[in-house]
Amino acid sequence: MHGYMHVTNNRIMSAEQIIFYIFASILTLSALGVITARNPVHAVLLLVLAFFTSAALWLLLEAEFLAITLVLVYVGAVMVLFLFVVMMLDINITRMREGFARYLPLGMLVALVIAFEMALVLGPQHFGLERVPAPMRHTAGYSNTAELGSVLYTVYLYPFEIAAAILLVAIVAAIALTLRKRTQNTRYQNPGEQVLVRREDRVRIVKMLSEQEGKRS
Amino acid sequence: MIALSDYLILGAVLFCISMAGIFLNRKNVIVLLMAIELMLLAVNMNFIAFSHYSGDIAGQIFVFFILTVAAAESAIGLAILVVLFRNIRAINVEDMDKLKG
Repeated sequence: MHGYMHVTNNRIMSAEQIIFYIFASILTLSALGVITARNPVHAVLLLVLAFFTSAALWLLLEAEFLAITLVLVYVGAVMVLFLFVVMMLDINITRMREGFARYLPLGMLVALVIAFEMALVLGPQHFGLERVPAPMRHTAGYSNTAELGSVLYTVYLYPFEIAAAILLVAIVAAIALTLRKRTQNTRYQNPGEQVLVRREDRVRIVKMLSEQEGKRS
Repeated sequence: MIALSDYLILGAVLFCISMAGIFLNRKNVIVLLMAIELMLLAVNMNFIAFSHYSGDIAGQIFVFFILTVAAAESAIGLAILVVLFRNIRAINVEDMDKLKG
């Protein structure tokens, strides 16, 4: 009985690991694609793939609410905004690629050195399973959203309100930046003036002699 | 079981890739913005991993706020980009020399 349980546990663990490594490699490859893609539209689409994959990884970490938020808010709104802007602007790609090959060795060197240093600090010798044991999985009735909300609306209420104000400021700023003033030559309707119009402004009654009268005189 | 170090190293790799992206695409503002988004994603990955392994929900709250600020940042950044394109008909970083005098 004991041996059977052990084997089953091992198999479940390895399945989780396989899922993690598949998603981690997809995430890394799509991130590499984002920075090397020649066409900005392809870069945006690969970034969408990266966000989707990391949402899956967050589900593995039991952060269900944030995973869904990432897909809805990031993929649904921010990335679509990126796509709009990329497709709206007429970008000269060849000029943009100037210096790509020149900075490639330096960029790769710096990135590899930083990755190596971070791996030294964050490696399994400090944050491995022996040092930081994996937490117990939550039971089936656990709601990540309820737990997040119960903290967000009590302890973090003030930062939450500030976040709302930041979003409002962002809306106002984005609209104010891109709003175009009407030029002098543009003809447009002003409903206020249309409502305020009086009969005298539109119709002029001219007093004149009738044709018969004119002939007689 | 997956160790915390696996997630941390994944976040570090993601961060380094996006930093290399800032080095490589220094002419293209739109790819720079995308690299910044990737960096924030790496940071969020670390926050959620630490939150899960230490059993503290505060890390997820922080990710919530990071997502909010990042959405606001990219909206304003793209608005600035559109205005810039209207004025100089390009989004090349080298063309932004109006303040040079």
